[in-house]
Formats: sequence, structure tokens, C-alpha cells
Amino acid sequence: MLYAILCYNAEDVVMSWSQAEDDAVMAKLSVVHERLERENKLGPSLRLMPTTAATTLHKQKDLVIDGPYAETKEQLLGFYIVDIANLDEGVAIARELGQANPGGAYELRPVRLFLPGAEIPGTERT
Amino acid sequence: MTDLAWIDAALAAARPQAVGALLRYFRDLDTAEEAFQDACLRALKNWPANGPPRDPAAWLILVGRNAGIDGVRRRSRTTALPDDDAAVSDLDDAEAPLAERLDGADYRDDVLRLMFICCHPDLPQTQQIALALRIVSGLSVRQIARAFLVGESAMEQRITRAKARIAGSGASFETPGPAERAERLAAVAAMVYLIFNEGYSASGPDREDRAALAGEAIRLGRLLLRLYQTEPEIMGLVALMLLQHSRAPARFDADGGIILMDDQDRSLWNRAMIGEGLALIDKAMRHRRTGPYLVQAAIAALHARAATPDATDWAQIDALYATLEQLTPSPVVTLNRAVAVSKADGPEAALAMIAPLETRLSGYFNYFGVKGALLLQLERGAEAREAFDRAIALANSPAEAAHIRQHLDRLMADAGRAG
Repeated sequence: MLYAILCYNAEDVVMSWSQAEDDAVMAKLSVVHERLERENKLGPSLRLMPTTAATTLHKQKDLVIDGPYAETKEQLLGFYIVDIANLDEGVAIARELGQANPGGAYELRPVRLFLPGAEIPGTERT
Repeated sequence: MTDLAWIDAALAAARPQAVGALLRYFRDLDTAEEAFQDACLRALKNWPANGPPRDPAAWLILVGRNAGIDGVRRRSRTTALPDDDAAVSDLDDAEAPLAERLDGADYRDDVLRLMFICCHPDLPQTQQIALALRIVSGLSVRQIARAFLVGESAMEQRITRAKARIAGSGASFETPGPAERAERLAAVAAMVYLIFNEGYSASGPDREDRAALAGEAIRLGRLLLRLYQTEPEIMGLVALMLLQHSRAPARFDADGGIILMDDQDRSLWNRAMIGEGLALIDKAMRHRRTGPYLVQAAIAALHARAATPDATDWAQIDALYATLEQLTPSPVVTLNRAVAVSKADGPEAALAMIAPLETRLSGYFNYFGVKGALLLQLERGAEAREAFDRAIALANSPAEAAHIRQHLDRLMADAGRAG
């Protein structure tokens, strides 16, 4: 079963991390990532730039607005696609990720349609 | 990251908003800061056990406001002390409506006001920066003192004096009109860029403490941009800082000596920062309204896009500097333009361009550095040496002087070979 694990956290808090703190969180996360990859459970995953870099097209009025679609306390900062047996496994993975990266929430959302797309040159593997 | 580190980051992130709101409430900087400190202490006691609140800033404002009122009452000795725990236990009910109120326009104006009072025109720039780092960023006096290479007590005095000055100046607590808001935003943007440059221009073996200011300035810039999402100049400012800071890992050798952009290992440039900077420029361009930060960001972007120094689009950089000269005429901008001209049209054209600037830039290290380098390219060794000697005499840091000495050493070596 494919699930998306959507990562929500308070962006201003994450932006207040020092580079060393950010690196430490990423290092802890990569332990989980690598295990999931070895187990063939991890699909495309990404970390988004801050919402200040976002632009939103409001479709009905065809309005292009600077900033994210939703003004929320926590922001969507990235997501994982995971291939897991059931929701329990997903919650366990989210818990593990949460230990490496405190604060905010993970939303587990079953994937309805998955398009793997092409390999995009220049995308950085981190 | 431990939970405590997370709480620290949450307190730092909430600080501008919380202190800004408390300042509006108490109309006194010291009271607002003390109230915020009180609230932080209670957060450190309360959050590890109960988990952090959904909206840390709202929590801190409410608790800080109660603490501040207690403090005022204690000082005036008119009322009995209220029960602290009772104040905190009411929080869960009160937090939700307060959080909603915070979403309003007050929040933006609070943060902007807090940053703006640090930009008081009577304060010298270094004091503006020190004050902003203390009040808005919440750096300790010791951290700021280290960044400015002065003693802690000297910095303490400087900040106290700056605070006294703005306390007497009557900051406006009314909601600003659009024109005043735009003025404040421009002043605050300039201050953020000053903080950045304090960090960016740091060199030498002890540069770490100061270099951290560049990261802090980017954080403040992103904060401003989150509040003013549609301002192309704020996008430009953040893009400019990100693109310049992206080169940080390549800008110094092991001894803290400066490595010029041409000689930098470009694989060390921070790709994530470059990507974000380019994305912000892209966004800003849609507004078709240019400004000095955006133009400078566009120049930095052309450097960032070039895989090698030879691939740099110098003609385009020259054109952008011409735009910048129109927006903000200054001999320093012309000097920078001359560097682009030297690459596009040769050193002779550049030398002609900077010659009229010499009287106005006679005290400017970079002028003689550039002049010397141009003369060197034209193989006018004796004149180059003279320019480099003047540059060394005007250098602001040992790293700058050391960098020029490298040129001189090369000149000497060449002269030795020729002779």
C-alpha cells in the first residue's frame, strides 16, 4: 500500500535551527531513510524550500499570489512516499521519523494515483 | 535534537512576535523584555512536562502579559500578588481566541515596529545592529560583544545607552498608514542587510562569531518576507543574502585568508541557498518593479549560475550595474561596475571608468585594490605597486591586507624573474 507521509512543522522554528542543529536532524533522519531504502519501502521523497519561496495560483480567478496557499500554524515542509504493509507500519515509521525530528506532525495519507515521472537531471540526492 | 533544543528554537522563533506584542501592550521596551523573559522561564518549566502549546507565540504573549502586569503591580505595591499557577492554568481556554486575534494585521505591525525602533536615525549603525540583535534576535550581550570584538561591559553600556535614546524618542504605537509602513519596511530592510554584512565581511581566524550574524540576518529577512509576502524588494533582499552566503564555504582558506570568487572552489557553494535565491528572484521579477536589492541579487545570481569564472555573463552584469547606478548613484557602485567592465571590455576601459572616482574614494581600501589589479593586468607594475601599498594602508582587517600582499609578492617574484 502506498502512503504519503506529509511533514508538517512550524517553519519559523525550523528556520531558527542553527546549521549544526539542522545537520544533526538530517543526519538522524538519514539513518531512518537509509533503512527504509534498504527495505525497498522508500519512494520519492523531498524537503521543500520555505513558504516564502512559494507562489500560489488561485484557479477560479486565475490569480497568482505570492506565498503558500494556506496560512497555517504549521506548514507543509516536505513528504515521503512509502510502500508499506498497513497503517500500523506507517505510524511506526512516522514515530521513528518524529524521534529524529521533533515538533509538528506527520499526516499519513494513502496514495490514490502514483506517477513515477522521469528522472530529472540535476536533482540532488541528499 | 533534544526536546529542550526544540523549545529553545521555538522560543527564539516566537521572540519577535511576542516581544513586539508585549511592547505594544506595555509601551516600554524593558517591561516588554522582562515580561518575555518571565514567560520563557515558565515555558521551560511548563512545556517539557505538558508538551509545547499549539501556538508558542500566543502562549508567551499571554503569560508574558500576566507576568508584566504582576511586575508592574509588585513595583507599585498597591495590590496583592496574584497566584502564578492560577494565571497559567487558565491558558488553554484563553489561548485559542488570542491566537485568532494574532492572525490579524496587528501581528505584522508589531514585528515591524519592534524592528523599526532599532533603526532610530539618531543611533549610529553599529548601535542599531547591536540593539536589533539584542531585542529582536535575543542574542545575549556576550554573543553580541564577541561578534563586535568588544568587551562585554562595553557592549552592555552601548545597548543600555541605545535603549535610553529610543525610550526618549517616543516610538509610535498607532497603526501606521501605508506610506509610513513602507518607510519602516525600507529602514528595517537596510538594517537587516547591515547585520548581514557585519557577518559577511568578517574574515580572519576569529571570524566564526561574527560570521553567524549572516545566518541571523537571513532568518530576519525570511521573517520580514513572511510578513510582507508580496514585496519584491524584500524578496530581492533575502535572495541577495542567500546568494552571497551560499559562497561562504568557499570564501576563506584554512588560515581565514580571503579567496577571491575567481579562485573559489565552486563545488563548495551551497546549492540549496542558491536554489532558494534564484526562486525568489523569479518570483520578484513577476512584479515588474525593480529596486536596488533585487538588482544586486540578480548580479549575484549571474555569478551563482556560472559553472566556471569564464562562463560568467559579464556583459549582463555590466548592464545590471548600470541599472543600479541609476537607482542608487554612488562611486562604490561605479567601482564595482568597473570590475565587470574590465572582464567584458578589458582593463583599459575599466581604468578610465574609475579614474574620476579617485578623489571621492581616496580613503577606500577596495578602490586601490581594484586599481592595482587593473594596472597589474596592463603590466604597469610600478603603478600597481603604488596602488597596492595604499590599499594595504587602508585595509580594514589583516585578511584584507594579507590578500593585497599576495599581489605584491607576485609582483616582486615577476620583477625578480625579469631581472
